[in-house]
Amino acid sequence: MSNSQSTQVQPIRPWAASTSDRAITGASVLVSALLTYILVATTPLKGKLAYFFVFFLIWFIIDSILISRRYGSKGVRDALAAKVTLFGGVIVMLAVASILWATISKGVKGLHLSLFTQTMRTTSFTDPFSNGGMLHSIIGTLYLILIAVLISVPMGILTAIYLTEIKGRAAGLIRFLVQAMSGVPSVVAGLFIYAAIILNTPLRNSAFLGGLALTILMVPTVTRTAEEVLNLVPRDLREAGLAMGATQWKTVALVVLPAARSGLITATVLGVARVAGETAPLLFTVGVFDAINPNPFKGGSGTIPTYIWAGLTAGTSDSVQRAWTAILVLLMVVLILFTLARTLGNKRMKAK
Amino acid sequence: MSSTFAPSAPTASAPDPRKLTTKHRVSDRIFRAVVTAFSFSALIILALIGIFLLTKGLSAFKEQGLHFFTSSTWSVTQDANGKDVNHFGLAAMLLGTVLIAAVALFIAVPLSVLTALFLTFYAPERIRTLLVSVVDLMAAFPSILYGLWGFFILGPMAEYWAKLINKYLGWIPFLSVPQPSFTRSPFIAGIVLAVMIVPIITSVSREVFSQTPLDRVQAAYALGASKWGMIKAVVLPFGSSGIVGGAMLGLGRAFGETVAVYSVLNIVFRPNWHILFTQGGNVASMIIGQWGEAGKAEISALLAAGLVLFVLTLLVNFAADFVVNRAVKSGR
Repeated sequence: MSNSQSTQVQPIRPWAASTSDRAITGASVLVSALLTYILVATTPLKGKLAYFFVFFLIWFIIDSILISRRYGSKGVRDALAAKVTLFGGVIVMLAVASILWATISKGVKGLHLSLFTQTMRTTSFTDPFSNGGMLHSIIGTLYLILIAVLISVPMGILTAIYLTEIKGRAAGLIRFLVQAMSGVPSVVAGLFIYAAIILNTPLRNSAFLGGLALTILMVPTVTRTAEEVLNLVPRDLREAGLAMGATQWKTVALVVLPAARSGLITATVLGVARVAGETAPLLFTVGVFDAINPNPFKGGSGTIPTYIWAGLTAGTSDSVQRAWTAILVLLMVVLILFTLARTLGNKRMKAK
Repeated sequence: MSSTFAPSAPTASAPDPRKLTTKHRVSDRIFRAVVTAFSFSALIILALIGIFLLTKGLSAFKEQGLHFFTSSTWSVTQDANGKDVNHFGLAAMLLGTVLIAAVALFIAVPLSVLTALFLTFYAPERIRTLLVSVVDLMAAFPSILYGLWGFFILGPMAEYWAKLINKYLGWIPFLSVPQPSFTRSPFIAGIVLAVMIVPIITSVSREVFSQTPLDRVQAAYALGASKWGMIKAVVLPFGSSGIVGGAMLGLGRAFGETVAVYSVLNIVFRPNWHILFTQGGNVASMIIGQWGEAGKAEISALLAAGLVLFVLTLLVNFAADFVVNRAVKSGR
C-alpha cells in the first residue's frame, strides 16, 4: 500500500517556465525599461513613441543575449519571433487605444443634456457648443436605420436561405457577388442612388433615399452573417421537419428560422453597426436639415454622421467640439450594438 | 364487448397506397421561386449600379475622351463668348489613389500578419479573445472617426515622422519634397488607411493560419522545429495566398475610402509623386470635395469618376475573392 503511494506520479510540465526563467524575463524587462528611460532622457529622442520603440529594441537585444547563452541561436530566433509578433499586436492596440482615448477625452467636454433635447434650428455650428443639440440628427439616423433594416434584412435573410436551404445551381455565383458587393465603396452607393433616383424621378433628397443607399452597404453583411448562422442549425432539425411531413417552406419557416433566431438578430445588429456611421453616401442622398423632419419621404433630414461632418468642415473650435461630442455619441451607439451582437452570438454558441 | 374484437369482414376496397412523388408541392414551388428571385438581388443591384453610373456619366466620357484618364486638369471655365469650357481629367487623382493605397498596404500588411501570428500562435487564451474582439471592433469604427483622429491626433505626430524620414532618407526620389511642407500629405492619409484596413487583413490571415493542417504542424514539431521554425516552414507557405488575398481585400477598401481620406488629405489637381509632400489626390474624396458646387456637366463627370472607382474596386475584389477561396479550399 505504502509502496503504491510512493510511486504516485506528480504531473510535471517540463515546457512550462520555471521560476528562474520567469525571474530572468522579469529582470530583462525591468533592465530594458530602465535603460530606455535613461536613453530617452539623455538623447534628443523624444515622445511616447520613442519610449515604446527604444524599449522594444533594447529588450530584443538584452533578452537575445540571455537566451543565446542557454539555447543558442535557434532559441534566439524563436524568442525574437515571439517578441516581434507581440510588437505588431501592441502597435495595433496602441492605435485603437489612441482613437478611443481621443474620442472620450475630447468628446466628454461637450456632453450636456440639451444635446439630446434640442436641435440646431436656431443655432449655428459656430455658436458656443452649449447652445443647440443633435436631437434632429438622432431622429434622422433612427429613420435611416429603420428604413435600411426594413429592406435589407428580408433581402439578406432570403438570400442566405437560398444559399443554405435551396442550394441552387447559382449558389456559388451569388456568394461571389455578395462578397463583391461588400466591397462597393460607400461613396459609390450614394452616387448610384443619386444617378438612379434623383436624376430620373421627382423624388429629392430624403431620409428614404439615404436608407436605400445604406441598404446597399448593409445587405452583404446581413447575408454573410445569416448564412453562417443558418449553416449552424443542425441538419437533424431539417430532416425531422421533413420526416414529419412538413413541406420545405414550413420546415424553414417554423423550424429552421426560429432555431436561428438569435443569430439572425446578431446579423441585423452587425449590419446596423456597419452602416450607422456611414457618412459619404448621405451627403448625396439625404441633404442637410437643422430641425426635426418627421416625414422620411420628403425633405432633407439631419443625421449624426452629417452633423459630425458639418462640425468638422465648419472648422472653428466650437464646431469641432460639436463634432467630437457627436462622434462620442455615435461611438457609444456602435459599441452598444457591437456588444449586443457579441452577447447574442455567445448565447447561441453556448446553447449548442 | 367481445364482438368488437372479432376481425371484421374484409371491406370491399382497401385504402389506396399514398402516392409517392419527388415533385415539390405548390407551396414549396412558390417558396423556392420567391427565395431564388430575392437571391438575385445582389446581381441586380451590382448591374444597376454599373448601368446608371454609365448612362449618367457617359456624356462626360464622350466629351473628354481619353483625356478623362490622361489629363490632370479639373476645371469649369467660361470662354470669351460665355460658353462653358470643361476640363475633367482624373490622372492625378488615380495616381494619388494608388500612391496612398500603396503606403497603406506597405504599413498594414506586415502589421496585420504579425498581429495574426500573435493571435493564432502566441497569445494566451484570455488575451486572444479580448484582442480578437478589439480587432473586430476596429472594423466597425465609423470612417469619419478615423478622419477626425487622423486630422487632429495622428496628423501632427505623423508630420514629425515625415520630417525625420525626409531628413535621413530624403535622397530616395519619392521621399524627397519640393518644398519643406509636410502637413496633409499622402503619407499621413496612407497611415490612416493602414489603420483602417488592418482589421480586414488580420481577420483573413487569421482564418487561413488557423486552417493550417494539424498533421503538418505536428510533423514539424516532431522533427524538432521550434515554434518559429514551424511557422516559417509550415504556416507561412501554407497561408501565403491567404495573406495576399487579405491584402487585396484591404486594397479594395483603401481604394474606396472617402471621408477619412478627405479629412486628412490636401487634394490638389496636380500629379505628385512625393508621398511626404503636402498635396495628393484620391478619386473618392475628390468626388465629395467637388460635389458641393458642381454644375450639370461636372456632376456627370463625377458620376463617371464614381464608375471608374466602382469598376476598380470590383476588379480588385474579384481577384481577392478568387485568391482567398483558393487558399481556403487548398486546406481542406
